[in-house]
Amino acid sequence: MSQTRFRSLLKELTKGFIRENPILVIMLGLCATLACSTSATDAFGMGLAFSFVMLGSNIVVAIIRRVVPSQIRIPVFITVISTFVTIVDYTLKAYFPALSQSLGVYVPLIVVNCIVMARAEAYSSKNTVMASLMDGIGMGIGFTLIITLIGTIREVIGNGTMFGHQVMPARYQPFMIFILPPGAFLVIGFLMALHRKFMITFYESHR
Amino acid sequence: MISNDLNIFLILLSAMMVNNILLIRFIALCSFFGISNSIKTSTGMGIAVIFVMVMATAVSWPVYHFILVPLDLIYLRTAAFILTIATFVQLEEMFIRKMLPSLYRAMGIYLPLIVVNCAVLAAAFLCIDYSLGFAKSIVYTIGVGSGYFIAIIMFAAIREVVDRAPVPVLFKGHPISFITASLMSLAFLGFKGLFGL
Repeated sequence: MSQTRFRSLLKELTKGFIRENPILVIMLGLCATLACSTSATDAFGMGLAFSFVMLGSNIVVAIIRRVVPSQIRIPVFITVISTFVTIVDYTLKAYFPALSQSLGVYVPLIVVNCIVMARAEAYSSKNTVMASLMDGIGMGIGFTLIITLIGTIREVIGNGTMFGHQVMPARYQPFMIFILPPGAFLVIGFLMALHRKFMITFYESHR
Repeated sequence: MISNDLNIFLILLSAMMVNNILLIRFIALCSFFGISNSIKTSTGMGIAVIFVMVMATAVSWPVYHFILVPLDLIYLRTAAFILTIATFVQLEEMFIRKMLPSLYRAMGIYLPLIVVNCAVLAAAFLCIDYSLGFAKSIVYTIGVGSGYFIAIIMFAAIREVVDRAPVPVLFKGHPISFITASLMSLAFLGFKGLFGL
């Protein structure tokens, strides 16, 4: 593989981390992000489930992109995505029943998670398998990173624990509000502001 | 918890207020933040969502109970529902355009958007998960849709005011919207425990 080709693939991979982060910048897939981040463990589980679907559907869509007529591409993409979602849903039910229980209806809802569809439509249907693979991995990591971060913040402040372990001193009074729905909106609002600060500082041109 | 033995009024209230789909359950947030710039578009979207959602549940409930369950194909639920709903919204769009042109003008552009609106699919799934009967599923869906309608209109109204307020640069746009949503969600949390729901 030539140097430039490798570099461009690497760029596809890393753009999802910060610059085009699916949650903070593209602002899609918010349901899962907010609903499944009451604890770091749930958030991480959701992140992995999502990444698997993202990766699988990106690859398949890139493979079949020349075969599918463009008029019926949306239903075809949806079928591909829902296949992967069903795999994840049943795997979680079989091997991680507790996690499956707490993620609930949000796992089947990955199928209408706009990021998966948006990446299939905007990226994989136009790019090679290798580039789509990288895009899928990058977006998956970016999503997992942010959802786990939100989960950790909410769990530490709202419950005094991190991944189920006590981290705050015993006398700490948890702010319950952070594990309740309003806390989710609050945390993501502040993270977005922080992300903007970061962008202005490091990528001056990027506003 | 919602179940089939709850009475109709409580199901409606629970779906609409106590478990508001946007502010408490976080479903369909993309459209919530995306198109709530003005009260007018939000009203159009809200009406379209209620309409499509009720129709979608009316179709997907029989599909689940009369096709998937007897044939032991429950694992196809996700794929079956999304395809039924997508097809159905398409048909509905054609029907409305032909038969009710004035309604089409009011909500036409929002119809295709709704196919990927998670709220529609979520309502269909939740009716199955709570094992509601057909009539109660419809009532529940009406409740969910009205909850969406109320929340998105209130949010649009607040946003119109916030847009004119002096907000710190870092919080302009989406961050302040999320903080607004957080405060609204706090208010809706106040309904928790109403009538023991």
